[in-house]
Amino acid sequence: MKKRLLEIAHARSGDKGDTANIGLIAKHPKYYPLLVKQVTAARVARHFKGMIKGPVERFELPNLQALNFLLHGALDGGGTISLKTDAQGKVFSTALLRMEIEVKR
Amino acid sequence: MSTVRIAGGQGFWGDWLEAPYRQVTGGPVDYLMMDYLAEVTMSILQKQKSRDSSRGYATDFITQMERILPVIVERGIKVTANAGGVNPRGCALALAEVARKRGLSGKLKIGIVTGDDLLERLDGLLARGHQLANLDTGRPLRDVRDRVLSANAYLGAAPVVEALQQGAQVVITGRVTDTGLTLGPLMHAFGWASNDWDRIAAGTVAGHIIECGAQCSGGNCLHEWKRVPDLAHVGYPIVEARPDGTFDVIKHPNTGGRIDVAGVTEQLVYEMGDPRSYITPDGVADFTTIQLRQGGKDRVQVSGVKGKPATDKLKVSVAYFYGFKAIGTLVYAWPEALAKAQAADRILRQRLQDLKLEFDAIHTEFVGANATHGPLAMKQLDPDDLPEVQLRIGVRSSDKARVDRFTREIAPLILNGPPSVTGFAGGRPKPEEIVAYWPALIDKTLVKPAVEIMSV
Repeated sequence: MKKRLLEIAHARSGDKGDTANIGLIAKHPKYYPLLVKQVTAARVARHFKGMIKGPVERFELPNLQALNFLLHGALDGGGTISLKTDAQGKVFSTALLRMEIEVKR
Repeated sequence: MSTVRIAGGQGFWGDWLEAPYRQVTGGPVDYLMMDYLAEVTMSILQKQKSRDSSRGYATDFITQMERILPVIVERGIKVTANAGGVNPRGCALALAEVARKRGLSGKLKIGIVTGDDLLERLDGLLARGHQLANLDTGRPLRDVRDRVLSANAYLGAAPVVEALQQGAQVVITGRVTDTGLTLGPLMHAFGWASNDWDRIAAGTVAGHIIECGAQCSGGNCLHEWKRVPDLAHVGYPIVEARPDGTFDVIKHPNTGGRIDVAGVTEQLVYEMGDPRSYITPDGVADFTTIQLRQGGKDRVQVSGVKGKPATDKLKVSVAYFYGFKAIGTLVYAWPEALAKAQAADRILRQRLQDLKLEFDAIHTEFVGANATHGPLAMKQLDPDDLPEVQLRIGVRSSDKARVDRFTREIAPLILNGPPSVTGFAGGRPKPEEIVAYWPALIDKTLVKPAVEIMSV
């Protein structure tokens, strides 16, 4: 069955220049392999299509059951330059949690 | 010393004024660490200093210290703070004055860390062939040299350690890394060597966890956020560290908030790049080695942290004048609030076009519909039934006159645009100066941190 990431993960994001980062954390260790398998960099790039200008990188932190994504070109120049409400990418994390993935019953 | 307790008292300039007092009075602590500097802060401080040479530091720090000085002197609590901004000596003088007023003459030694400020040295560095190329774009700094407002290298823990070794009770720094303010006390207290890479990494991780204040103790925590108790009285975090580099994250008893593995994990991934290489002037921490364990209520145990040798570079943050921006807003009400806001946006853009006003960027958001989640949110709402939508439109240009002209195009829409519009009480938006950041690297050998002690 499909589940929103919101149900099985939590997240926090921040910025570095024009790059937003999203740390995606499994709510339970059993969900971490699902995140690794399904929430790929390519899938995240598709999810944010139209919202980011650059590529997406992904890093794995199995010790924390977390993935870290770097979304390049996400902040209209970032920091003080940006005209966006979310100039520092603080809530990109919650936008990722809208993604649906396949979870076995 | 078997354990050392370092309390996080400020996560940024503008953080909770009550926090430092609560940290030094709520239970035993050895150090109070206060982080004030964001990139934007340095250029603001530089501007203040250029108007008045005695300014240029975080003035909140002085107010907060005035309140806690008697307590920290009585209990021997040491303070590390990068409140010095672009004028650590001016900050120390202000603190000394307050201490004397409080009757603490002869009872306080202030350590002053300088050497990070490169503004006066920039031309010399550029002339000797140091490009200070932008880490993101590769462009050499000379492209924007005439617009530079401030330039600071990020110093690490070493000068903080030196100040503590010379007997400073309060260490005031300029641009020392957030993590160095926590690592310094640990190196000093436990005698860690500067090439003990695993312990350096552990102290860096400890610093990263508490550098944003309550953001690791229940604040801004998404995981089960409704169940975080009593945020009104949130306890700021404390690192309880041991000589072997392991430490616990805790808070004072009878405070609100929550310290658990989920919340500390959220803080660990905050502003993270490549987790295997968290680079500081002191060393490189590998965040994929961190082990977290719930060690009791409001206690997270941290162990296993591995580090790698420091690089031979320091990061430099240059602030420079970039241009102007202005953002205008209007609120449209049901029915068809979104359609009205969208129509207003089209009309406004047409008028800008008719005026032949071009900008580097025009950016429109419909707050209440797409401002934070963009098209991801628009797919999932009934656009005709939103109770209200705020049109938020911004422009950016190097030409102030164009930005100024734009600000005069918002208000007319109230009477000559789509209906049901309100929320314009704030008046015409003001063009703002944009200060942008230029990240670069510099050879470590070119930056010499300096430490002096001021006795009150």
